[in-house]
Amino acid sequence: MLSVTDVEKSYPSANGPVPVLRGVSLSLEAGETLALTGDSGSGKSTLLHLIGGLDLVDGGRIEVAGTDLSGLGDKPRAELRRATLGIVFQQFNLIASLPVQDNIAFQARLAGRHDRDWCAHLTDRLGLEGLERRYPEQLSGGQQQRVAIARTLAARPSLILADEPTGNLDEAASANVLALTLELVQETGAAFLMVTHSRELAGRLGRRLHLSSGRLA
Amino acid sequence: MSNWWILRALLSHWMRRPFQLFTLLLGLAIGTALWSGVQAVNAEARASYDRAAGMLGGDMLDRLISTTGADIAQADYIALRRAGWQVSPVLEGRVRVGGEGVRVIGVDPLTAPAETQLGGAVGDGEVAQFFAPPYLGFAHPVTAERLSGVAPLPELRSFDGRVTGAVVVDIGLAQGLLDRDGLLSYLTVHGEQPAGLPPLEEVTGDRLRRSAPEDSGMGLGQLTDSFHLNLTAFGFLSFVVGLFIVNAAIGLAGEQRKPLFRTLRTCGASSRALVLLLGVELLTLAVIAGGAGLAMGYLLAGALLPDVAASLRGLYGASVSGELTLQPIWWLTGGAISLFGAGVAAAQSLWRAYRLPLLAPAQPQAWLAAQHRTLRLQGFGALVLLTAAALLAVFGTGLIAGFATLGALLIGAALGLPVLLAIALAMFERRSSTAFGQWFWADTRQQLTSLSLALMALLLALSVNIGVGTMVDSFRTTFLGWLDQRLTPELYIAARTPEEAEAFTAWIAPHSDAILPVWSVEEQVQGWPVEIYGVPDHPTYRDNWPLLSSLPQPWDAIAAGNAAHVSEQLARRFDLTPGDTVTVPTRAGAWEVTVAGIYADYGNPIGQLRIGLDALTDRWPEVERLRFAIRMAPEDVPDVIAGMREAFTLDPNQLIDQTSLKALSRGIFERTFTVTAALNVLTLAVAALALLTSLLTLSTMRLPQLAPVWALGLTRRQLGWVELGKSLMLAGFTAVIALPVGLAVAWLLLAVVNVQAFGWRLPLHLIPIDWARLGLLAILTALLASALPIWRLARTPPGRLIQVFANER
Repeated sequence: MLSVTDVEKSYPSANGPVPVLRGVSLSLEAGETLALTGDSGSGKSTLLHLIGGLDLVDGGRIEVAGTDLSGLGDKPRAELRRATLGIVFQQFNLIASLPVQDNIAFQARLAGRHDRDWCAHLTDRLGLEGLERRYPEQLSGGQQQRVAIARTLAARPSLILADEPTGNLDEAASANVLALTLELVQETGAAFLMVTHSRELAGRLGRRLHLSSGRLA
Repeated sequence: MSNWWILRALLSHWMRRPFQLFTLLLGLAIGTALWSGVQAVNAEARASYDRAAGMLGGDMLDRLISTTGADIAQADYIALRRAGWQVSPVLEGRVRVGGEGVRVIGVDPLTAPAETQLGGAVGDGEVAQFFAPPYLGFAHPVTAERLSGVAPLPELRSFDGRVTGAVVVDIGLAQGLLDRDGLLSYLTVHGEQPAGLPPLEEVTGDRLRRSAPEDSGMGLGQLTDSFHLNLTAFGFLSFVVGLFIVNAAIGLAGEQRKPLFRTLRTCGASSRALVLLLGVELLTLAVIAGGAGLAMGYLLAGALLPDVAASLRGLYGASVSGELTLQPIWWLTGGAISLFGAGVAAAQSLWRAYRLPLLAPAQPQAWLAAQHRTLRLQGFGALVLLTAAALLAVFGTGLIAGFATLGALLIGAALGLPVLLAIALAMFERRSSTAFGQWFWADTRQQLTSLSLALMALLLALSVNIGVGTMVDSFRTTFLGWLDQRLTPELYIAARTPEEAEAFTAWIAPHSDAILPVWSVEEQVQGWPVEIYGVPDHPTYRDNWPLLSSLPQPWDAIAAGNAAHVSEQLARRFDLTPGDTVTVPTRAGAWEVTVAGIYADYGNPIGQLRIGLDALTDRWPEVERLRFAIRMAPEDVPDVIAGMREAFTLDPNQLIDQTSLKALSRGIFERTFTVTAALNVLTLAVAALALLTSLLTLSTMRLPQLAPVWALGLTRRQLGWVELGKSLMLAGFTAVIALPVGLAVAWLLLAVVNVQAFGWRLPLHLIPIDWARLGLLAILTALLASALPIWRLARTPPGRLIQVFANER
């Protein structure tokens, strides 16, 4: 499902390019779950963005579902995100002007895979019933995060990328939300890659990799 | 299908922010309304000119005119026809019919060019009647109804393609009516001529010359071009100010929707699809706003047209229908301008959306650097434009150069405003010693980026207001002073017949100090209609009549009979200065007369020439001797008027005293500027709206800046006052900058545009009280625009302010 080979990435600065990723390689199969840990600035989020097609590699190769991202233009990358990928952000990134139910259905509708029953199931499992007509600003941080997770799962992506998905929640809530997410991910059969600071949460996933100064330890 | 959901997500923003949507639609609708309203007025006026010009082919066909400016001999016309020239004779002049002056146009429909409407006017069955006694004439329905059969005119048939106050008759009849047997005003040259024609000089010697329509300057379309350009400039300015609102609304919506754009991109929308759908959204909004704007423009044009018609009648003698009949092209161009405006206003936002990076880490330093870069660019642009304006003002000639100077000056000043404001605010910030002061100036500077467009719109509106206001005031001051000097006689009387004139003068002689004839004829001088007045040698004129420039003893010169005073318009048209000569056609042939003086003749659409009274009666013995100016003791005027009304049966317009005449002239003057004043106020109102919408939209985005200050101990009410102070200060600063810009606009209008537009130049009169009034108006505009946002801020629930911290990440 995912193959990352010798990926390099650096950012420009006043003193020349600052390397963030230095020859990172990993792979992930369908149904597998992987936690990527590391200190701040270790390059975890950068790697996630590269896998998600939000940014382009400087060197190396990333393949998602057999598609090499390195040579793809904006449009095919957008299609890949729409059809194959699901991304959960720490900042939720909900559409403020749409109610909860439309936020949940949004990506599934874009992908042409909207399933009313599946959305209802997700709403129920993630404890969002009764909130369907509310707008994001009327929800707590935890509720918004669960809507973001529901939105990603509703499209039944093959690969789910999660960037600190519970970073805004307390420890107990984080554990609950992650457990629920993993159950639902298992139902979809998707591969799941999560970036986290928490060793405890990372331990709940199938595999764990640690990134340090742009290299996998 | 997926695009539909993206579009729905985009549109949902407006559903959650209806006020923002309203301001966007309103801005575009108002801009479109003002632009298309003005265009509708222009189109209606031009259609009227075309109807008038189409009758004789005036704006389309060349003419043969006399090289001396006198009438053409009919023999020359006959010689040309025999030589194969396809030309048609026209004789124009005025006769008095039933106490009013009527323009008589003599034509020959059999030789009239196909391009004219004469063929259509004279039906097959009417040709014989048109040529032979008792004759048949054609006129506008209003004129035909009033004057048909009134001696000496024949029966008149209605014809829509004719202007009011003009009567078309057979050329032979016209020669009789105008007492110009064997004479013609000009010859219309057919568009197509047979091959192998002998040259004009071979047939008529040097007596005739060919004049293209644009050379003659006689077409109303050309005469009034400058007036319509003035209106168009105002319409365009309002449109631009409207676009400022749209740009501000779309720009702020773009800023607010950045997270949405990123989310959509993350969910799989390509940047191309996003921009395409933003374009669809814009198109939808533009169509809605454009439709509303066109409807508003139609109503506006309907309201302005009567005043525009009055202005055109007063300034150019042009007859414009007061009713609005619009062509489909108007709707189409109005809709197109709305779409174009929306596109221009949204271009930057669309480009930003297209180039929006998917990942946008917070980069306050980069933002600050970008802001500095933008300011530097704006400053450079302002400098270039202001330099261009200065160069154009010095070296440019013509109306287009005048408007280009105005445009460069206004846009340059508008671009320079945020730069000046940023410099001033940075200076205040550096000098501030208190923490609150530093925050105040820094926060104002930060707001500047979002408010600069609205402030630029305010600057444009204020500058134009000052400029046009100063121009109108200068005109008013000059005109009223001139009127006081010109209208010295205490009473004016007009008789209907020579017998009545004799009876009037006999009755009034014992009650007056002097009876001064006001007699005139109308002639065509080099194809331009000119009034020729006879001036009695009397101190009334010598002591009071102001001359702009003259030879020594100018009054003695015209009393001697071989000199004339000419109006400024006539002097500018024929490039005359004192000492030059001008050729005037008379019954006895061309008369060369020396220009002894030039006088202002504001508001007269046609040229004027004043000669000695004896010279007039000698050369035009048939001149109507019906009107008189009476000198008498002012206190006797009411009794004399009452006595005359008792002794004679008088129409109201036969007797008028100086005070009433001045009031009448002032009324006409004020009406002339009604349209300008209306557009002036509307532009300022649009600018106020731009400021209001910017402040309101901004107020919803400012909580993160204000919440920390609130938390540090300022009450919401205090914050409200601080925000008000900022708005007033920015508006006040804008008004201060607008003053010199406005005065420069006034100078350009008076020294360049008016001279081209009307043919006269006015001195610049500065009226500081008006500036103070406008400064207060600017402050009031800011006060009104700030009131609602500040009221909302003062009533913001503490919970919302706390939420700012809860959402901090």
